[in-house]
Amino acid sequence: MSEKPRKFKGGVHPNDSKALSAHKAIQEAPLYGTYKVIMHQNIGAPPELLVKKGDAVKKGSLLCKASGFVSVPLHAPTSGTVKMIDKVPGPTGISVPCIVIEADGEDEWGCPFEPIADWQKTDPAELKQRVWDAGIVGMGGAGFPAHVKLSPPEDKPVDKLILNGAECEPYLTADHRLMLEQAEEVVLGAAILARILGLETAVIGVEDNKPDAIQALEKVAGKYNIEVVSLPVNYPQGAEKQLIYAITGREVPVGKLPSDVGCVVQNVASAVAVAEAVVKGIPSIERITTVTGKPLNDPGNWKLRIGTPIDEVLKLTGGIKEQPAKLLLGGPMMGIAQSSLDVTVMKNTSGVLLIAKDEVSLYTSEPCIRCGRCVDCCPMQILPATISQAVENNRFDWAERLNVMACIECGSCSYSCPSHRPLNQQFKRAKVEIRAGLRK
Amino acid sequence: MDILFPILTVGILGIFLGVIIGIVAKVFAVDIDERIEQVEEMLPGANCGGCGFAGCADFAKGVVAGKATPAGCPVCSPEDVVAISEYLGIAAEEKEKMVALVRCSGDIPNTVRSLYNGVRDCRSAVLVAGGAKGCDYGCLGFGSCAEACPFGAIEIRNGLAVVHKELCVGCENCVAACPKNLITMVPASAATHVYCNSPEKGAVKRKVCKTACIACRKCVKASGEEDYMEIDGFLVRSNYENPPPASLVEAAGCPTSALRVDTEHIKGAYGGASK
Ligand code: SF4
Ligand code: SF4
Ligand code: SF4
Ligand code: SF4
Repeated sequence: MSEKPRKFKGGVHPNDSKALSAHKAIQEAPLYGTYKVIMHQNIGAPPELLVKKGDAVKKGSLLCKASGFVSVPLHAPTSGTVKMIDKVPGPTGISVPCIVIEADGEDEWGCPFEPIADWQKTDPAELKQRVWDAGIVGMGGAGFPAHVKLSPPEDKPVDKLILNGAECEPYLTADHRLMLEQAEEVVLGAAILARILGLETAVIGVEDNKPDAIQALEKVAGKYNIEVVSLPVNYPQGAEKQLIYAITGREVPVGKLPSDVGCVVQNVASAVAVAEAVVKGIPSIERITTVTGKPLNDPGNWKLRIGTPIDEVLKLTGGIKEQPAKLLLGGPMMGIAQSSLDVTVMKNTSGVLLIAKDEVSLYTSEPCIRCGRCVDCCPMQILPATISQAVENNRFDWAERLNVMACIECGSCSYSCPSHRPLNQQFKRAKVEIRAGLRK
Repeated sequence: MDILFPILTVGILGIFLGVIIGIVAKVFAVDIDERIEQVEEMLPGANCGGCGFAGCADFAKGVVAGKATPAGCPVCSPEDVVAISEYLGIAAEEKEKMVALVRCSGDIPNTVRSLYNGVRDCRSAVLVAGGAKGCDYGCLGFGSCAEACPFGAIEIRNGLAVVHKELCVGCENCVAACPKNLITMVPASAATHVYCNSPEKGAVKRKVCKTACIACRKCVKASGEEDYMEIDGFLVRSNYENPPPASLVEAAGCPTSALRVDTEHIKGAYGGASK
């Protein structure tokens, strides 16, 4: 290894609870009768609907096409009929349109593109087009279209491709299992991504609490000249800016993108999706999701088609043994609490997490005692306590001057505050208000 | 004797500067229209911004300059408008008084809510799972609107914002504060409203709220020949061009009591009424 990874400033060490599911091999979920595919699964423009009620679809056939550059197509998770265009609660709780597909049980293949047999000789532009056609987005949680990240502006040359295998969110083990069981595909995906960017090599960053995954990757990494870096455990190690700093020592300035410091970061699951899209010709219609939590009988890692209803997902784990207090999509730090079981699996659903009643407590937020813990742990080195006061007084202009826009919403500050102040939520609000003000 | 020199210097300097100030004041004098001050006197001085100007003083300037009419002030009573118009010698405009209407009746007993333990304000709550309420379109009840109202016209009761019509002056400050876009301005003379804002299908709404409008159209039928009500998909609304009388509520027999007389709604007379 060329360089020793650096430790980014701040961060917290929440109990990771990964033992619940880390030893469970990935299992494939059975076919269900109905899938509800949320139409807008990517950051950017919603795609354009191509099907209507009554249309027959095949597994992998197009449901929607991209409506612009920052938009991706959507494919059918299985074969069947489009029953209707309905609404389901989206990941943020607001209802969003979805395509309801009644499966015919045949799971008949009908993808519009073919595998690319010899990707090493294929034009990088064609490979990039394939990534776009396959509808691949950042599968770690953000849902940012992968092909956009692979198109850095011409004046900003990229010299480093980083694969994010940190999986620093507590509870989640989907990427861990993926790296362990499909190490070859991760490395292959890395090599394809590197070719698209015109690079010789790539780095995979993995937190050192997954030694088996690191070993598995190292065994095959040499084949494509890929480097595996073991990173110290520190939440939020998997945040893009923190990961870039840890591996390269470069700091991404506030309001700038990784490409401004010559880096591109892709999630390991996205890399596997890229490998499958290129060498097998499979679009992004399934993902590995960790279904976990103390209330579940049998937590595990599952390969789920997009559009699978969450109540079916929970049945996979043998049901619940106690009434949960909370359902989260994603991990406990950045995941979003849900108020309905009608939510469905999306391309970026990395986890489905149930929290038991004795694991949550209702806190009332107390005045800030100026202990400075939030300041110590903020990985972006802003001043949560001071910004929180600005927000409480509705002074979003102060919050902006105090750089609230740099907040990556990692939740470390809220986690560490002994006064249980809702810091992260206040900053989310401030960012919304500031953005609304800028748009005016 | 030593003291004489400084006294003389300062004295002469004082006189000299005084003369200069005098000249500058004369040459660069700005004409102040005393009508502006007078109009400002006559305005209510609420500085609520409802007129679209940067406060009462700015509005007075606008009125005198002919850029606005006295009726543009939502707080002025009709008598005030007449007084200002007479003073300025312009025709007094009739103005229809508008008041805010929160189009939701989903208070805590009537709606499904999940537990929410975050920042107690609607604009923050809406960022967490859309705000811990079964209905995506309804009032969250943390009172961002009440906070924005300079006249204390909005009360949060049982987790629902209720506008006290007699206190509301129609400044519209609350409209922009609500993250659910629930508040609209309606003529103060209109008494009967549909207290629902959800465009979802009836069955979907009823699952989460006892008092949703299910678009059964009983009120439309009860209107007979009159076009008191407007149908908008799965939601019926009062037609404010021809607003329904209070008696329509009785006549229609709304099965969910989404159709209400505002005075009764303010009193809380409908409770969790649902047949
Ligand atoms: S202020 Fe933002 S970036 Fe800093 S710890 Fe809090 S949530 Fe994380
Ligand atoms: S951690 Fe909480 S109490 Fe301590 S300084 Fe920050 S906001 Fe204040
Ligand atoms: S209720 Fe709304 S419109 Fe009425 S006075 Fe208050 S803020 Fe102004
Ligand atoms: S009307 Fe809007 S701003 Fe007022 S309490 Fe309800 S949701 Fe909040």
